[in-house]
Amino acid sequence: MNAKKGEWVKIYRVILKPEERAPQVPDDTKLVPLEMWVKGFITADAELGDIVEVKTITGRMESGKLVEINPTYTHSFGNFVPELLQIGLDLKEILFGGDSVER
Amino acid sequence: MKDNSYNAVMSRKNEIMKNAIGIDYSTFENEGISFEYERMMRETGYTLEEMQKIQGETGVGNTPIFELRNMTALARKYSEPGKGARIFIKDEGGNPSGSFKARRAANAVYHAKKLGYKGVIAATSGNYGAAVASQAAMQGLKCIIVQETYDSKGMGQPEIVEKARKCEAYGAEVMQLSVGPELFYEFLLLLEETGYFNASLYTPFGIAGVETLGYELSMQMREKYGKDPDVVVCTNAGGGNLTGTARGLIKAGATDTQVVAASVDLSGLHMASDSQFNRKSFTTGHTGFGIPFSTYPDRSDVPRSAARPMRYMDRYVTVTQGEVFYMTEALAQIEGLERGPAGNTALAAAFSIAREMDQDQMIIVQETEYTGAGKHIQPQLSFARDNGIEIFFGNPVDQVPGVNIILPKTPDLIKAIDLDMTKTRKSVVKNAINADQATRVNEQDIQFLVAETKTDRTFVTETLKELGIEF
Repeated sequence: MNAKKGEWVKIYRVILKPEERAPQVPDDTKLVPLEMWVKGFITADAELGDIVEVKTITGRMESGKLVEINPTYTHSFGNFVPELLQIGLDLKEILFGGDSVER
Repeated sequence: MKDNSYNAVMSRKNEIMKNAIGIDYSTFENEGISFEYERMMRETGYTLEEMQKIQGETGVGNTPIFELRNMTALARKYSEPGKGARIFIKDEGGNPSGSFKARRAANAVYHAKKLGYKGVIAATSGNYGAAVASQAAMQGLKCIIVQETYDSKGMGQPEIVEKARKCEAYGAEVMQLSVGPELFYEFLLLLEETGYFNASLYTPFGIAGVETLGYELSMQMREKYGKDPDVVVCTNAGGGNLTGTARGLIKAGATDTQVVAASVDLSGLHMASDSQFNRKSFTTGHTGFGIPFSTYPDRSDVPRSAARPMRYMDRYVTVTQGEVFYMTEALAQIEGLERGPAGNTALAAAFSIAREMDQDQMIIVQETEYTGAGKHIQPQLSFARDNGIEIFFGNPVDQVPGVNIILPKTPDLIKAIDLDMTKTRKSVVKNAINADQATRVNEQDIQFLVAETKTDRTFVTETLKELGIEF
């Protein structure tokens, strides 16, 4: 996929390589790099995977690998969790159900 | 060209911070381990009236208080005769950015603008980012939010991913990072590059911004119910919520009100661990922040944190992830209030504590937060399940953070667990000594530690003796 100059994109860059990580970092975290993602308007035509420059919404210049064009929010309400349904049913039974209505 | 290596940038920390906050913290330092907290708050903060005005101009504050009658009735079903206090909640989710954090951000951004900064930066994955972005939008400043979002597999907590969206909705730039405390390094680089204001959560203006919450709460309760609440429960992470609220209560004269901290128990999980990052289902309000920040507040991103919760805390309890998720669902199902989970940490604690209290007493949860895609019990539990966390009904005391989430089988199983306050207060003393590598303290230091621990001279001197510190 190609991005046209001026399009809104997401880029990726490694900030610290594993060997550059801070001394206080736990061992499992030391095995991986510190990575960064930021969005901006791309300054020239490019393909996914290219190293590109972007101008962020505050006007800063950032560079990194082009990973997404017109980046989309994909978070949601997740998969249905049946247990949640039970909570309401139980509480209504306790509060308002049976013969123990006190209100 | 400037050396931007990790060590070089960290060694410029104090200089960068001074330029980015406009406070010379060294002027409040005493000889020895102490500093002048109240003078710092007075000289660099705002008065209550000023804060109310600043917040009022951006629609922050004056949120309603609701009595949770069904929740109270439910608690009484599991209480001894005559027990079961009335439970209330302050609906802070009604603030412009959807949480009480708008109070902190309103002051920080106002202050930044007054000092002539062109923009603000905050390092936060939570509601504070949205609050700063919202305030920056209102006050015409640029805004960058730096958040810890993903693990090394590129997987992000739904709650944090949603927060990035919300910040962008207010026009902010969001920089997302993978797990690790070196976020602070990137944060410093950004401050240096842009010359923007550090809208830290821990500045005197930020904390003073929460004082309006405590003050307002007391006034509202007096007006409607004729007295102050007996207990206020605050969800505790970095300590600013509790500190600001308690200071506001004191300013209102509500000195008999007990201030209780509540955190979600995430014991055993390391906060900077890449592999454990997505095994937790709470990204804030948990013990991973709550305990270290309470016992050593100056670990924050400013030299002296204005959030010092142990100065005000009467009691500290933990609740479990399953209990908080359960109470969040209960709030929707029996009170008709659908709110985000984070603020309900205090609600789970309040439900338990209410059962110990008399029926004519009042307990209040001082915050709620907005909810929506990502920031909701459904996606958070779904995400947990996808990450191999077991979710089932049972007794929450059997929970293991990072392994399972136990929803209470019946409401009586919701139990706030007390942390040992003596031990926690001793940690405050120990950490203050260690931070300065002190071997001897003076009288001023002792008085400082008395205030820091909300104890007395005997407690502090006994603790110093145990630590082998001369005085």
